[in-house]
Amino acid sequence: MTETPAQSAIIVSGVVKQFGRFAALRGVSAEFDAGKFHAILGDNGAGKTTLLRALAGLAHPTQGTIRMFGKAPQDSSREIGYMAHPSLLYDEMSGMENLRYFARLYGIAGDERCAEVIRAVGLDPQLTRPVGQYSQGMRQRMSLARAILHNPKLLLLDEPFSNVDVHSAREMVILLKHMRGSGKTIFVVTHQALLLDGVADEFVWMQQGRIVDRTAIPLRAGEAQ
Amino acid sequence: MNSLWAVTVATLVKDIRLEWRSKDALNSMLFFSLLVVVIFVFSFDPLAEESRHIVGGLVWIAFLFAAVVALNQTWARELRNQVLDAYRVSPAPANGLFLAKTLGNFIFVCVLEALMTPLFVIFYNLHVLGPAWQLIPVALLGTWALVVNGTFFAAMSLRTRNREIMLPLLLFPVSIPAVIGMVAGTTAILTGENSAHFYIVLLLTYDVVFTTASLALFKAILHAE
Repeated sequence: MTETPAQSAIIVSGVVKQFGRFAALRGVSAEFDAGKFHAILGDNGAGKTTLLRALAGLAHPTQGTIRMFGKAPQDSSREIGYMAHPSLLYDEMSGMENLRYFARLYGIAGDERCAEVIRAVGLDPQLTRPVGQYSQGMRQRMSLARAILHNPKLLLLDEPFSNVDVHSAREMVILLKHMRGSGKTIFVVTHQALLLDGVADEFVWMQQGRIVDRTAIPLRAGEAQ
Repeated sequence: MNSLWAVTVATLVKDIRLEWRSKDALNSMLFFSLLVVVIFVFSFDPLAEESRHIVGGLVWIAFLFAAVVALNQTWARELRNQVLDAYRVSPAPANGLFLAKTLGNFIFVCVLEALMTPLFVIFYNLHVLGPAWQLIPVALLGTWALVVNGTFFAAMSLRTRNREIMLPLLLFPVSIPAVIGMVAGTTAILTGENSAHFYIVLLLTYDVVFTTASLALFKAILHAE
């Protein structure tokens, strides 16, 4: 396992995100170490997905700043791999066709890398079925393959285990553990905290648009007792 | 290399592949245009001389309305599974997406025109009295005028609630100078009464101005929330 020196990969300073009169993020400030696995937890509407989208550069903070490896998120697109709750894939194309297209967006030529990441997530690159006919678990894996296609330093994953059977979820966790071991910084928004017990380096708890706790186990201080 | 050209070609190939598989846009456009031809044929019974004066308007109205169908389809595809977000987080240039969409729509509408023009000629017993070759620049420049603005405004209305209604509301007023150029240019060529030179120059100028403006503004539209 490669140990990455603990430097702040992401610095979030006073980030507020408002949608009309509703504040999804209410002054989030935090520093997240590089090469660590951060699990973001919280109830529905806590601001987890909004925080992840802000980190990906898809949601622009109403106030505050975000620095990723010293740069703004919009300037860090090569370093970021983003997996959203929807698949971000074209249903009418096969997995390989999808990845081939996204590879071109990152300047990756040829099919070798696409086949490599498809195999890495446990799927068959020869599969010609369109993604629309995949099971939910297969779609989630292919979505993860798209996110890691360009070998990003930072992975932002929004509920990667939702609607996935326990076996597939565990396999995805093992894959993420390997990635964390290779020095990648990983953020996972999830409701299934126990899946990441012993894998995530820290659990970041959100509530009503704020980070309210950061723990090393998937239980908050009060809950541990 | 993820140059503008490489991304444009990759996106265009992907769009043509998706359209070839679904035929959503082409089928709807063809059916709509065919309906317009049939309705107009049964509504009027013009002499050949009268036809030459009115067909320019009928043809372009049919193509304008049919193009709106294709323009809405183009972006609707990117909203399914939020695939557009995958493009937004990539380092690919925004204008690669815009150019590919515009070229794709241009090809689809040109195919429609190539299929529908013989029907107009047969049903309206048309004989061109002016220089027939000038219909080609009028058709190409007119079609580009429709699709370049249409693609831009369709992207702009993407996140609005009633985007199918918003597109014509935004597109038609802006297209008035181009529609005048197309209709008057076509009529001038069909009747041979005037030169179409002025209208060709008008369409060329319109295309240059609106293509430049769209390319300059598209990045802001793509990354808007």
